[in-house]
Amino acid sequence: MSTSTRILNGKVYDPINKVDGEIKDICIKDGKIVESVGDDATRIDAAGMVIMPGGVDIHCHIAGPKVNLARKLQPEDHRHDPHPGTPFTRSGSGGTVPSTFATGYRYATLGYTTAMEAAVTPIGARHTLEELHDTPVIDKGFYVLLGNNIFLQQLLKEGRKEEFKHAIAWWINSTKAFTTKLVNPGGDEPWKGKKNSNVSDIDEKPNSNDISPRQIIEAFIEAVNELGLPHPPHIHCNNLGHSGNYKTTLETMRTAGDRRAHLAHIQFHSYAGELGKNPTSAAREIADYINKHPNISCDVGQVMFGKSTIMTADAPLAYMLRGIAKGKWVNADTECESGCGIVPFSYQEHVYVHALQWAIGLELFLLSEDPWRIILSTDHPNGGSFMNYPKLIKLLMDSSFRKEELSRANQKAVNKTLLPDLEREYTLNEIAIITRAGPAKCLGLNNKGHLGPGADADITIYDDQADKEIMFNAPRYVFKSGTPIISNHEFCQDHDGRLLHVAPAYDETIVDTVRPFFEDYYSIEFDNYAVDDSYLHDHEIIPVRN
Amino acid sequence: MSINLTLHTSPEVPLEAEVLCTDKLIGLTGSEIEKLPVEHGNRQVSVADFFTVKGSPDDSISIEGDLSKVKHLGAAMASGKLTISGNVGSHLGAGMTGGKILVEGDAGDWVAPEMQGGSVEIKGNAGHLVGSAYRGSPIGMSGGEILVHGDAKNEAGHAMRNGIIVIGGKSGDFAGVNMLAGSIFLLGETGIRIGAGMKRGTLVTMSKTSMLPTFSYSCRYQPAYLRMYLIYLQELGFSVSDEQLFGFYHRWCGDAIEMNRGEILAHDF
Repeated sequence: MSTSTRILNGKVYDPINKVDGEIKDICIKDGKIVESVGDDATRIDAAGMVIMPGGVDIHCHIAGPKVNLARKLQPEDHRHDPHPGTPFTRSGSGGTVPSTFATGYRYATLGYTTAMEAAVTPIGARHTLEELHDTPVIDKGFYVLLGNNIFLQQLLKEGRKEEFKHAIAWWINSTKAFTTKLVNPGGDEPWKGKKNSNVSDIDEKPNSNDISPRQIIEAFIEAVNELGLPHPPHIHCNNLGHSGNYKTTLETMRTAGDRRAHLAHIQFHSYAGELGKNPTSAAREIADYINKHPNISCDVGQVMFGKSTIMTADAPLAYMLRGIAKGKWVNADTECESGCGIVPFSYQEHVYVHALQWAIGLELFLLSEDPWRIILSTDHPNGGSFMNYPKLIKLLMDSSFRKEELSRANQKAVNKTLLPDLEREYTLNEIAIITRAGPAKCLGLNNKGHLGPGADADITIYDDQADKEIMFNAPRYVFKSGTPIISNHEFCQDHDGRLLHVAPAYDETIVDTVRPFFEDYYSIEFDNYAVDDSYLHDHEIIPVRN
Repeated sequence: MSINLTLHTSPEVPLEAEVLCTDKLIGLTGSEIEKLPVEHGNRQVSVADFFTVKGSPDDSISIEGDLSKVKHLGAAMASGKLTISGNVGSHLGAGMTGGKILVEGDAGDWVAPEMQGGSVEIKGNAGHLVGSAYRGSPIGMSGGEILVHGDAKNEAGHAMRNGIIVIGGKSGDFAGVNMLAGSIFLLGETGIRIGAGMKRGTLVTMSKTSMLPTFSYSCRYQPAYLRMYLIYLQELGFSVSDEQLFGFYHRWCGDAIEMNRGEILAHDF
């Protein structure tokens, strides 16, 4: 079979290269997009179809110890949703937390070819890499949790900024991570030590000699900026889910100044109202700030009605939610690095808070003026499975469908938002931005999210249909690195995908600073901690900026 | 005329035959039924590879032979009658919502897990987890009746929410574990830790049983409604003595770890 392919007659949406619905040929050779190919290339007629780059999920939870705990916790979820194999692909189980194989294949069936696992403790990196190896088709990477790391906080307290930066780089290299992740920075540690203690304000210090969340956030933004990582710190702000938390979110964004920062699942951080009482919407305030500050990017973390699994390193939050869900749950301590909580959950349209969360997510999408910096996500599986993306796209593109759904949700809640008055409809080009071009740009992945020469040939071809949910649910063709994975809606080949990670340079002597701490406090030997290259499958080091 | 299936070849590994269920066969001819898929281990084969099919279906099926390796018979059944002359494998009548299943021999584990309605009668013994919840599910059997004339093994009625389970012979450990509501009658000897973690519901035992320390004694009395139940059980062919019918019962409340709203009625000899 020839390694080159020409896709003809399709309507191309490639926002990075400013192609908005033009009929244009796309040529593939050796896994990359090229200007042209010879006449012997395989030809695919895409007349009546829409061509986009493969989707990029900037924030999801698909691999690692906490995901596996959630799988083990919910056998009933898998039983009702088996994922059968095909002659080319392996079987698995579905539900809100699918098995590794099913995760990869299900992303492919939506036209997604890249996904980033958003929270992995350093000590869980080895496990995560093993699972990512078994997550087929998609390219993937993960963000390493460092925001509640005792050792790093110690360095900050002592004002050792330079060593702090090298320690972060050492940790990223030792785990093969893509960037740093902060989750409730400065909050998990006090909570683990003392019942119900957490930080409720970005400037709060749990003890007088501690450092505040703001100091941690600032230090990370500075260090990651200096290291030149392609993606800035990925921040899950303090106070997730609490009424009135939008002030914390605004302060977090202000802390960044004019430096880059990415705010994760911002919907969960856009609540007004009084602490302890029912929340109201602060989408307007948050969207206004983001609109005015091009250094900030975010993903929405849209809530979709139905089953979900709350899965977070924000252990105090999981503890609070277990009181609402009243079912089984998991809470785990992760040595000196982080916390962890898992709560199976169900979002119901008649419940005030759930309907409000749903509406705030949509408000954020519709109020944002720059689609490049507001990225489509459901924080899979926290706001709902990634399998809801097609429905979410329809909600954004079809205002009459949105009105219909709106009429079924809790009216008291939705009437406290601007959603009933928002008429905006996303165009296909804007959808291509929020699902592909935008996230690729935010991640600093220059070969993803576009169809210009030199890009990875990750391509999705949808039938152009009026019902966008049906359209985005079943691409007719999916190419991964030039290999046809789905052809005429059927799997026709398998692909391993690649691991994407960064390798910032650091001063080797930092190892001597970290080692004694390990020997005193960790359950494993320091020499067994760092993950070596044997745990990588096909991988690509994304270069740092100089 | 009803349909009759006879097992002509004994399966080497479990045969998953959820297609053999009244509702799924209605309207099919004998030869169509022979072509239906069943899973033999990890291979898909057809009904005819294991069964001889006679007659055409109305709302009743009878199956003959040693079916102890045939699983999921009558799963999700909603109406009609399934008669099994012989032993049957696990997951019999899983999730059924109506109809009647009669087994002349013994049944395997997982008899009618998460059943919602209808009736299952086992003339012989049953395995573990009669009328229970599948692992991970919060709710087990939520309606209908399961009548076991012989013995049953552990965890009968696990997380059951409604309906009635009767075990005529010996029962295993943890009968009614985590039960939410409903009634379980243990007419023979029982295992240990009955009613552990029960929230509500009634467990009746006719033998000397040791109570968990989280159950508290409330009284000795003659519950009138119990007599009506026991007369019903007599009519179904269970042996209920006059002493049991007219005697006194000790009432225990529990499980204290789950708010103490369930009850165990133990016959006073």
